[in-house]
Order: sequence, then C-alpha cells, then structure tokens
Amino acid sequence: MSTTSNAPKKNGIVEWIDYRLPIFTFMNHELREYPTPKNLNYWWNFGSLAGIVLVVMILSGIFLAMNYTAHVDYAFVSVERIMRDVNYGWLLRYIHMNGASMFFLVVYIHIFRGLYYGSYKPPREILWWLGLVILILMMATAFLGYVLPWGQMSFWGATVITNLFSAIPLVGEPIVTWLWGGFSVDNPTLNRFFSLHYLLPFVIVGVVMLHLVALHTHGSNNPLGIDTKKNPKDSIPFHPYYTVKDMFGLGVFLVIYAGFVFFAPNFFGEPVNYVPANPLQTPSEIVPEWYLLPFYAILRSVPDKLAGVIAMFGAIFILFLLPWLDSSKVRSATFRPIYKQLFWIFLADCLVLGWCGAQHPEGAPLLIGRLATAYYFLHFIVLLPLVSKFEKPRPLPESISTPVLKTEKA
Amino acid sequence: MSINLRRALLPALGLFAVVASAPAFAAGGEITIPKQSWSFQGPLGTYDRAALQRGFQIYKEVCSACHAMSLVSYRNLTALGFSDAEVKAIAASVEVQDKEPNDQGEYVMRPGRAADHFKSPFANEQASRAANNGAYPPDLSLITKARVGGADYVYALLTGYKPAPAGMTMPDGMNYNEYFLGHLIGMAAPLSDGAVTYADNTPTTVPQLAKDVTTFLTWAAEPEMEQRKRLGVKVVLFLLLMTGVIFAWKRKVWKDLH
Repeated sequence: MSTTSNAPKKNGIVEWIDYRLPIFTFMNHELREYPTPKNLNYWWNFGSLAGIVLVVMILSGIFLAMNYTAHVDYAFVSVERIMRDVNYGWLLRYIHMNGASMFFLVVYIHIFRGLYYGSYKPPREILWWLGLVILILMMATAFLGYVLPWGQMSFWGATVITNLFSAIPLVGEPIVTWLWGGFSVDNPTLNRFFSLHYLLPFVIVGVVMLHLVALHTHGSNNPLGIDTKKNPKDSIPFHPYYTVKDMFGLGVFLVIYAGFVFFAPNFFGEPVNYVPANPLQTPSEIVPEWYLLPFYAILRSVPDKLAGVIAMFGAIFILFLLPWLDSSKVRSATFRPIYKQLFWIFLADCLVLGWCGAQHPEGAPLLIGRLATAYYFLHFIVLLPLVSKFEKPRPLPESISTPVLKTEKA
Repeated sequence: MSINLRRALLPALGLFAVVASAPAFAAGGEITIPKQSWSFQGPLGTYDRAALQRGFQIYKEVCSACHAMSLVSYRNLTALGFSDAEVKAIAASVEVQDKEPNDQGEYVMRPGRAADHFKSPFANEQASRAANNGAYPPDLSLITKARVGGADYVYALLTGYKPAPAGMTMPDGMNYNEYFLGHLIGMAAPLSDGAVTYADNTPTTVPQLAKDVTTFLTWAAEPEMEQRKRLGVKVVLFLLLMTGVIFAWKRKVWKDLH
C-alpha cells in the first residue's frame, strides 16, 4: 500500500476529475505551492485564524439555530433550554458567544498588522477594501446576533442602534419603522434579525473568497514591505512552512479561546442580558459589546445626533481612503521612523476610545472621548498625508535574504 | 469648554463627597461588593453538595414564597444529591395545573411530577406585584449571572440589611440595604438567625444561611458548571500537548531554511 508514498501522486480518479474540473490543480497551486515571503512573523497568523473562527462560528451557529426559537415570548427561554437541556448546548452557546469576541480580537489584530506594515498600499488596495467590507459585515452580524437571546441588553441595544437611523433628515423615522417592521422593537424585528443573522455570515464567506483571490494575485505583504517577486529566494512554498506555522498559532489561540469558553464564559458579556427583555424598564446603562465600544464612543462624543452618526460611520469609511491618505511609497513602518510613532499613538487612541465607550458619557470620560475622537480623524486627515509627504524613510533592503542574514542576531 | 472643564472636575468633587460622608446616597456606583470564598470558585471548584441541599431548603421554605425559579425542573434536583424517589416526593408536594385539558376539556390540578418546572408562587407578574406592595420579586433562575458581582453580590445583599442611617427618611414598605443600588429595597430582610431548621448540625446564622442559599442559586444559574470545568481541564491539557507537538514539528520543518 505505502510503496509509492514518495512518488508524485498519480491517482486515476483524481486525474479524471482534474482534467474536467481542475480543483486539485487549484488546491495544489493555492494551498501548497503558493509562493509566500519567507520572513512572515507571527502577526501574519491572524488572517488564517480569522478564517478558522468564521468556520467555527458558522458551524456552532447552525446547531444553535436548530434549537432556537425566534419569538419574543420564547427566545429567552429557548436559549436557556439550550443551556440546560440540550446535550452540550451550553458548550455550543459559549463557543458561539465567546467566538464573536475572539473573531473581533483576531480581526482587529489582523487590521492593525496591516496598518503597521502598510499592507493597504498598491497593489493591495482592493484587498484592503474587501477586508473592510468583511469588518462592516461582521459588525452587522454581531449586532444582529446579540439581539437574539432577547435579554435586556439585546432589546435596548437593538432599540438604540436602530434609532440611529432616525437621525437621517426627512426619511429617518419611516426608515426606522421599516427596519422594525412595526412601531417599536418587537416580534417582527426579532424575526428579521434572526433571518439576517443567519444570512450575513454566508455573505462574509463570499467576501472572504474575494479577499483571498485578491491576496493570491499579488501575494502576501511582509514585515519588510518590499516586493518579493524579484528574488526567487525570498519566497517559500506555503506548504509545509506556513501550514505548520499557522497550525502552531492556531493551537496557542485555541488554548486562550478554550480558557474563556470553559472557565470564564461570561467574561465578555453583560450580566443584565441574563434578565429577559422588558420594554417598560430601561437598564441603567446601555453599552454595546466591547468590540463596538470605540465607535460607540465616537458616536457619543458629538453633541448632535446626526453629526454623531456621520462621525461613527465616517470612522470606518475613512479607512477606505487610507491607501491615498498615506501616499508614502514605503510600506513597512520598520523603515518609517515617524509613521511608526503615529501608529502606536493611533493604537493607543483606539484603546482610549474603547475605554470611553464603556463609561457614562459625562465629565472626564466625555472630554477624553472627544479629544480621542478628534485625534482619530486628525490622524487620517492631517497627520498621515503630511507625514507620508515629509518623512524621510530609512533605506530599504534589496531583498529579504539580505537583511534576514544580517539581522539574525539582533 | 468651561462647561466641559467643570464636568471634568465633578468626579473629583464627587470623590471627596464619598470620602466625607461614608454611605454616599447619590453615588450608586461606589458600592463595593466584598469577595467571599466559595466552594465553586476557581478552575477546579465544585458545588458543596451539603450546602446545595441546605440552600434548596432555604429557597423552598423562604424565597419561594415570593420568588419564582421557572427555568429549573424538579428532575434537576438529582444534581444536589437527592435520589429519584426523593425528587418525586419533592415534586409531588406541590399541586400544579396540567398544561393539557383532560378528556372532559377541563384543566385539572394534579400533583407535580419530576419533569415539571418549579412551581411559581404567583400566576403572573400582576398577581405578584399586587401581593408584594407593587414590587416584582425577580425570577431567581439566573440571579447570580444576571447581577454584577454574581454570587458575592447576592450574598452581600442578603447580609446587607442595616438600620437606615440617621436623617434618611424611609418610604413606606422600603428597607435599607447597604449593597442594593440606591439602598432602598422593597424586599424585607428575608433571613434571620434560625429562619430554617437544618437536618444536620450546621449553625443557622444569617451569614451561614446566606452562604448556603447563594450556593444553591449559583447552581440554579449554572447547573453545567462542574461538567464545564471538568471538560475544560481535559480540553486545555490536550490543546497544550498538541500545541507543543506542533511547535516541535514547526521547528523541524523550518530548521533547514535560510
């Protein structure tokens, strides 16, 4: 049986299929031979991690949906039935609940890696856009999913977020009524949210495919940010080098993920969401999940409702313009002394915004939130264009092989 | 801007106020819940079975007069160490209305069965409010998960009844509690020394009763906890081992590369 294990695989059936539908050639190309820069560090693990979390979310979600009832009278109880009476239902739900937080954690690291190493620069602008589309879809999906258990925060979060659309002049109120399917967040709202929460992940899968097509067209960026096509020695086949490296990263990630699922499953949650939704009683504090807090802080920093909504959406949409706001030819922050500082300040700014989003919007947190919001936009609109014009980057290496050998000891 | 500056200074002023007059009435967020030590805390913690049974006794004899626990079934009580026969007897001690009509089309009362959910003390929220001075005693099925502070908070609340501070006027039917948000709580102190008679020799002081019933309430909110932690230990150990092996494999694959 195993005598031919070293010979190139020749399997009649595989060849028959491949001649007609070249999926095996395709997989060989994109998952085995796929030339990858040899110097990718562990920050490059987070793309494949995000893909794996997406699969985990879809699988756990499908099984949860088999036991969930999308009706205002039964939603909360059906979730508790999953927790108490469905075999390993608690495991499914905690995997899904914490999976949402893990997904955002992984994707935010993935995005900041892109920011640091200039992965949005030519020729990867569309790759960057597709990633942002995935982020927006993820936020929508997460918000819709958070409503489904129909706890207090589900209900009031849905009320607050859908009401944002009422800020649109003239058509705002009709739009909100249309979104709700009635005159308040009620059963029709819950039903459509469930339907959309089931739909959007598959849309995400589609955009992820496009994201991968765009990625594989020009290949991964790398920590030096230089093109690796010139020197064939700079690239290595994806398998086995990055399959095994990604698997190691996955193992570390799963330990952390399992730690939350099994030992602190409600760490990221709000206790008040274990109180069934009550339209007559507003919770003392309405806060979104942690991954939306920076945007929530921006929303609440602006005194005018419409302007706040515009600022919040603007905070995401401005990222689409990043490839042009930052016009520096050098990708990696390693060779950009000033941009490197800006990057860390910007990261700190986002964390500060996240903290502000969790505070009551008055006094010091409001003031800090406003300053952090102002800086967020200042970073993109003023600082980045200026820095990319006037900064003197350090000299770039010729190829990956040169600095890799030189800086080995450093 | 001057308004903002003033707002920025307000918390600092508020802090002084808290320090100056110990139980600051307005500063609801300043209540700190003391931490207790629990049998179920930590990654290996389990529920103390004797405490669970005593806690269930307190729930049955004290809490259940006003509070429902509708997500828990009598059959779940086997997890407390009760035998099937004991569970059947506990269930049969209540009368419930059958969900299905009989063949005459009438809804009849029958003794509870193990598969029934805990019987609620009131038919609906309105009946409950009418009987409780307008207040609605919350369902206790998830109470330790539904409050910031969890079990520590529930314990603090149950032991936090104090005479109202001098000068504070108490509205009718309200009670002073150190740990309740706003300090005014509709529920009168539910526990007193000797409120129940334990079958074992455990003392029936208020802290002991509070501890036992809180353990029971935590179980009611997270009945899967022991299974979860046991499985978690196995899963994490396996993942650590697997990750170690993959790391060695990764080193081997990458060794020759330069």
